[in-house]
Formats: sequence, structure tokens, C-alpha cells
Amino acid sequence: MAKRLDIKDLNLHYGKFHAVEDVTLQVQARSVTSFIGPSGCGKSTVLRALNRMHEVIAGARVDGKVLLDGEDIYAPSVDPVQVRRTIGMVFQRANPFPTMSIRDNVVAGLKLTGEKNKKKLDEITERSLRSANLWEEVKDRLHKPGGSLSGGQQQRLCIARATAVQPDVLLMDEPCSALDPISTLAIEDLIAELKKDYTIVIVTHNMQQAARVSDQTAFFNLRAVGEPGQLVEIEETGKLFSNPNQKATEDYISGRFG
Amino acid sequence: MTDSTKPEQRSEGTGTAGALRGVPEEAPGPENPTPESPSDKSVVRLGDRIFRSVATGSGIFVIATIAAIGIFLLIRAIPSLQANEVSFLFSREWQTGDPSNLRFGILDLAWITVASSLVALILAMPIACGIALFLTQYAPRVLARPFAYLVDLLAAVPSVVYGLWGALVLAPVISPFAVWLNNNLGWIPIFADGNVPAGSGANVFTAGIVLAVMILPIITGVTREVFARTPTAHIEGALALGATKWEVVRTTVWPFGRNGFIGGSMLGLGRALGETVALTIILSYTYTPPNYSIFDAGATFASRIALGSAEFNNNLSVGAYIAAGLVLFIVTFAVNALARWIESSSGKGKE
Amino acid sequence: MRTDTADVEQPAADPAFQYLSLGRKLKNNAATVVFTAAFLIAVVPLLWVLVTLLQRGLPPLLNADWWNHSFYGLLPSDFGGGIYHALVGTIEQALVCALFSVPLGVTVGIFLIEYGQNSRLAKTATFMVDILSGLPSIVAGLFIYALWITTFGFDRSGFAVSLSLVLLMLPLVVRTTETMLRIVPDELREASYALGVPKWKTILKVVLPTALSGIVTGVMLGLARIMGETAPLLILVGYSRAINFNLFEGPMASLPLTVYTARKTSTEAGEYRMWGAALTLVLLIMLINLLATLISKFFAVKTK
Ligand SMILES: Nc1ncnc2c1ncn2[C@@H]1O[C@H](COP(=O)(O)OP(=O)(O)OP(=O)(O)O)[C@@H](O)[C@H]1O
Ligand SMILES: [Mg+2]
Repeated sequence: MAKRLDIKDLNLHYGKFHAVEDVTLQVQARSVTSFIGPSGCGKSTVLRALNRMHEVIAGARVDGKVLLDGEDIYAPSVDPVQVRRTIGMVFQRANPFPTMSIRDNVVAGLKLTGEKNKKKLDEITERSLRSANLWEEVKDRLHKPGGSLSGGQQQRLCIARATAVQPDVLLMDEPCSALDPISTLAIEDLIAELKKDYTIVIVTHNMQQAARVSDQTAFFNLRAVGEPGQLVEIEETGKLFSNPNQKATEDYISGRFG
Repeated sequence: MTDSTKPEQRSEGTGTAGALRGVPEEAPGPENPTPESPSDKSVVRLGDRIFRSVATGSGIFVIATIAAIGIFLLIRAIPSLQANEVSFLFSREWQTGDPSNLRFGILDLAWITVASSLVALILAMPIACGIALFLTQYAPRVLARPFAYLVDLLAAVPSVVYGLWGALVLAPVISPFAVWLNNNLGWIPIFADGNVPAGSGANVFTAGIVLAVMILPIITGVTREVFARTPTAHIEGALALGATKWEVVRTTVWPFGRNGFIGGSMLGLGRALGETVALTIILSYTYTPPNYSIFDAGATFASRIALGSAEFNNNLSVGAYIAAGLVLFIVTFAVNALARWIESSSGKGKE
Repeated sequence: MRTDTADVEQPAADPAFQYLSLGRKLKNNAATVVFTAAFLIAVVPLLWVLVTLLQRGLPPLLNADWWNHSFYGLLPSDFGGGIYHALVGTIEQALVCALFSVPLGVTVGIFLIEYGQNSRLAKTATFMVDILSGLPSIVAGLFIYALWITTFGFDRSGFAVSLSLVLLMLPLVVRTTETMLRIVPDELREASYALGVPKWKTILKVVLPTALSGIVTGVMLGLARIMGETAPLLILVGYSRAINFNLFEGPMASLPLTVYTARKTSTEAGEYRMWGAALTLVLLIMLINLLATLISKFFAVKTK
């Protein structure tokens, strides 16, 4: 069910502040695309625009097109709730619902939109937790609160929660930035697994991680503070890291930034 | 936009949203991630619109309530004000028993109300400021919270209990002091003889002290919060210059929190102006006009209304009390609005 | 920080630190004493009131009849009887008040935090809630009198009292709800949106449950506060010495009204009843306060 994303001339504003300028890129189905770039260049902003989470912020504005298999998610007839159901998201900080058990967290998206069939929910719980490599660790305490897990487990719980609604695309904003190397590795393995079924876009500050997990990499940059962020180039990952087209990219990946 | 509210049409429409809506149909049976049918979607969107309207409506309701209070009080007060035989603002009479001969004015009520509230404010303000400084700057960290809780407990005691305590316990204890003040400082007008003997205790002096106790937790609460928000950088900056604790308080905490303190005091004033039962119990009612001394007795706006509640039997008589209530409403509205305004400008541009 | 408390006992060696001038030292110590004294002054009336209440109000409470009898049929000079009728009235009036003010207040809180953002409407509503929280209780009583009794033509009743209490309770519920919704992290809302959950369900099923224990605590504190209100009762309902369960008809006792009414009976038995009712009222308020504190301690949702 994985779908392709086409982003065309995307311009993003927070109130009067022009945060991102003219982004155009394609994301193939069943591939991993990573976004890299210095802090504040607009990676998270672009990512959030891909499932209409940008507009949740007061005053935020979107111009341009984001096509999911050719259909504009910003078309006036499209329900943003439906878009978010189709394009899931995992956040930088694990954010399980504190009032819900582990199981309820996993199936929250289904339960909150009306699914009541207990057997089905149990099946989905197990399947999602297995696919997030968390099942073995939590299967005996599914009714404990989600907050009782370790940070890495919580993040995998959030991934399970996002995959439980079977989206077509999975967006991840620095999913490993708060995790230790072992948990990070677990999640990277998981991404490699998930790639078989989902289209994945991941923001990361860790260039080794981008190199390990992604098929193509997009480098974003800022011309100067206060200027809008831009997409500098998007390339096949191996090529971008070994032989980038742009000087700015080379400076950034070799640490000669700024 | 109209389309998004009618998804049934959308599903037969141009199909622009096909990829999005397509999910449920394409997903394999038991794992179908979006269980709702297209008609459910309209319910969901409708839910959002209804919920938003209800929430917004409740906000409007609150505004309408305040307006309704003003309007209803005004409507009920006007006939009585028209039937009033004397000046409402400048008469000292209060004769409302006979609807065909209403004679009511608020001059004396205004004096007793203002006098008792001011006495309360003058007593409570410095103490509340001291407590707030003590709790935020001086008290040991572990004790600050329980201590603050103690002060808050003062607000949990109902005003009828304060009334009993003030009239039956406090008044006899402080009346020798009142007599002493009256004898020795009687040449100052506010300590002169009132319209009841200074030793009786049922006067503005006692009422003011009890009110001070009642508004203490309000002023302290607001002030404490503002003082606690003093930026640590300011405090540490002063300490690094070798300032003593008192100097830190004077040069950083006080300037930062001053407006909050004044705003909190205004809130306390609003509360004191409207306090009813405690004053109804403490103040003795007298027909002798006041002497503009703190040893006067009489009634405040609020206590006059409470005292008159027994004769609420015809609309014209009630209207006289409602007119007094309206004045009280307007005054407390103004005081509270001012308080919020001062409080919200506290510490601005200094953080 | 400690250098200010002079080290007088130190040997007269070369001072490692500059001496504070005597004036600065004195001022600093005086300030410390004054602020501590201010706090102690506040504790005096609190203890004094509580001790008075216990001394004078405890005897009636120790009588078993106190908790399950009314004052029905007692002469002014008769001892005995109980507070049951007033407890019934106070609790019924408070619960009905909560029935109206809690849903309304929570909805207003939701409007202000989740929908209002910085709109003009929300700012005006916030201001009006502030005004409402400073509304004298006697004015609330007069308004309900003008609306419910004069305009709509109903009789004085316990229900009219509940309505006036709604006005006093509403701002307390709105404030708590606002505070509690504000501390629910936005990340939880976003997590829910990102799962394709509509906003209203997010608020109902994710945000409110997270804030629930705080809101419950605030509501209970508010109830404790309004249970002690006396002024609107004087206008809106007659006092009854008998038990009346019916909020809509007839005079109805309540704890504050009992205290106020008993004060006018100038007999020893009247004082006995008055202090007993006053202590009962304060105990009820303290009990609710305590419960509220326990709820906030043990049921608080940890949101990191
Ligand atoms: N909610 C917001 N309101 C206003 N401006 C915002 C908001 N969020 C981000 N910005 C601004 O938009 C720009 C891009 O921010 P964004 O969070 O997308 O950067 P980023 O590339 O994800 O950075 P990081 O690597 O630190 O996460 C920044 O200048 C930021 O200050
Ligand atoms: Mg980011």
C-alpha cells in the first residue's frame, strides 16, 4: 500500500516568518528518504507539512503541492484528518498517551476512531508490536501504563502505534535523538524492516544514520539566519555522501560547516 | 469547502481524494486500518464542528451572563429609583417598607462600605506583602509550601464563621484598645466618637480587622506568585554585587513584583467591598447618622441587602435593594477590572 | 548569601571579606524579623478561629443525635436535636450547583485553551471570567432573585440557591480547567492528530483524561468554597428546622443558613446549635479539601 510522494514548490510560513522556500522533491514508494541539514533549516517544518500537521500551529501557512500518488493532500475537498490517517508520524520525543495502557496506546488510533472489535484490536496489537520489535519485551504487561517503559521502548511503542493504523507513509522526526546507541540500532533495524511495507521519510542529525538507513538523502540549508531554509540537493544516499554536487553539501558532511 | 462537509458527494466526485479515501477499501479484510465507512466520516467532521460550536457558545454564554447581571439588576432597579422620594445618591435614609413611599439613599452605606474596606486594606496590605516576601525569599524551602498552605487555609474559613468570631470573640478583646484609641487620639477625626460607643465593638474598626483577615490570603496569593517569578538572573546579579538579602529584595524582587502586589490588593479590595455576612453579623444597625469615624456602626451595601432580605415581598421594595446591589456590582466590576489590568502589566518588559 | 550574618566570634585576624557596615547589617536583620513576624501574625487569627470553633462547637458534635436528627420541634431553649437537615440541604445544593457549573465551566475552559487561542472572543471571555470570580455573592443572589423569582415567577427554593452558587462556582471551574489543560503537553495532542484522530475526539479522549485528576481536585476545592456561602441563601430560600429533601419546594436548611439563623436565637441552646453548625460546616469543608489533596496526590497523571 505504500505510496509515492511528490512535493512541488512547497513554501511554508509561521505567521509572517518565511520558514522554508521552494522545496521540490520526490519520494518513491517503499523507500527511505532522509532529511539532513543544520538546526533551524526547516527539516521538521517540511516533514510536518507532509501530513498536514503544519497547519495545527496557529498562524502557520502552506503554499505549494504535496501529491500522494498524484493526488494533492492540500486539495480543498480533502479532509486533513484522513490525510493524517494515511500518512503517519513518529516524533522526536516518545509521547505515549499517559492515561492509556501499552495495548491501548498501540490501538489508540483505531479505538479513537470507532473500532470496537476486541479480537481484532488484540490481533493488531500483537502484529504492530511484533513489527516494532517490542512484542517479546512487553507481551506480559500489556495492561501497564505506556509511561512505564524505558525511553527506547517508548519510542518503539510510538512506532507501533503509528503503524497500527496501517498508513501508506511513515514520517519520523529524529526518532533516535533521545536514545542510547543500542535502542538506536534497534530502531534502525526496524526501519529497514518497515521499508518493505511503507514509504519512510526520516529527519536525522546523525549522518552515519542517514547513510545506513536511507536510499536517498535530501540536504537542507540556510543561507543566513532569518532567511528561509532551502533544499540544496537531493541525491541517492551513496552519491550524496561520497560525491555531492554542491559545495555547501560537501562542507556540511565533512564538518566544514559555517 | 462545502465539499469537505459532504463526503458522500466527494466519494462520487472527481476522485481527487481517491488515494486518501482508498485506504479502507484496499486494505485486506481483518487488518483494515480505517474501519469507518465513508458515511462515518461525515459524522467525524460534524463532531468537530459541533464540538467547536458548543465550546464557543459556552464562551459567549459567560460574556452574556455578565451582561445579563447588569441588565436584570438595572431593569428591576429602575421602577424603584423612579418611585424614590429622595435622592438615591445623596440621601441618608433607608425606608423601603412602604412601596408607596420609598425613601432610600446610599450615602451612609457608601461611607461604611468604603471605611471598613479601607481599614481592611491598610491593615492587610503590609502584612500580605511581608508574608509573600517571607514565603518566597526567607522561609526554608521545605517549609515554604506548608506555610503557604496555612495562609491559604484562611480563605477556606466561611465568612459566616468569621462573622461569629469577629462579633463574639474578637470584639470584646479589642474593644479596650478601641476605647484607648478613641480617648487618646480622638482629636483625629477618624478616631473621634462614632455613632455607637467605641467600646461596643460592633463598629467599622472591628469589621475592618476581620475583613483584613479575610482578604489576607487573596492578596498574599497573588503577591507570592509574582514575587516568585522574579528572574533568578536579577537576584543572582544583585547577590554577586555583595548585596544583603534585604538589598536584594529592595532592588530586584520588590520592583519586579510591585504591580502584582497592587493588583492583588485591588482584588482584595473588591472582595472586601462585597463581603456580606461577616459584616451583617459584626456591625450593629443604627439609625443615628455616622460621624465619619472608624467607630461608626451601620450597614454596607451588601449587609444592608442581607438585612433587608426579610422584607423582600413586593417588587418596588426589592427594587431599592437591587439598586444598591447594582451600585455594588458596578463598583466591584471596576475594581476587579483595574486589578486585572494592573496585575497583567506586572513585570512586563523586565523578564 | 550567608556572609550577611556577621561572624562576631571570629578572631581579630585580617578580615578575609570586607565588613558590612553596621547600618546595612541592622537593616537586613530588621527586615528578616519583620517579614517573619508578618507570617506569624497571619497564623494567629487562623489558630484563634479554629480553637474557638473546637472549644464551643465540639460538645454538640459528640452527641450521636447531632448527625441524624433535625431541629424539628425544638423550642428556642431546648438542647438536643441535630444538623442532619442542614447537611442534606448543603450537600444537595452543592451537588446540583456542580451539575450545572462543572460541564459548563469545563467547556468554557476547553474553549479558552483549545479553540480560543488569542481571538477577541476568548480574551473577552477570559476577562468576564475574571469579573465573575470577583462577583460579590450577594449580587449573585440578587441577580437570581431578579431573574428566577421576580421575572420567571418561581418561589424561593433550594434550587434558586443552587443557581446563584453556579455563578460563584463557574469561574473556579474555568480557572482549574484552563490551568490543567495548559499543562497537557502539545505533543500528546499532535500524537493523536497524527494518528488521524479528529480534534474533538483528541480533546475528549486524550487531553481531558490527562487533565482529569487536576480538574476533579479543582472542582472539589471549588465546592468546598461555595458550601460556605451564606449571602445568597438569605435572599433565595427560607430556613426550615425540618428535613426537606425537595430542592424545588419549601424552605430548606443548610449549614451556613443554620449558623446565621441560630445566631438570632439569643438563648444558650441557640448558641450551642450555632457553634455546632459552624464547626460542622468547617469540618465538612476541611474534609473535602483533604480529599481533593489526596486525589491530586494519588491520581495525578505523569506527563513528564
Ligand atoms: N511553531 C513555530 N512557530 C514559529 N516558528 C517556528 C515554529 N517552529 C519552527 N519555527 C521556525 O522555523 C524554522 C525551521 O524550524 P524547524 O523546526 O523546521 O527546523 P529543523 O531543521 O527541524 O531544526 P532542528 O534540526 O533543530 O530540529 C526555524 O527558524 C524555527 O525557529
Ligand atoms: Mg526539527
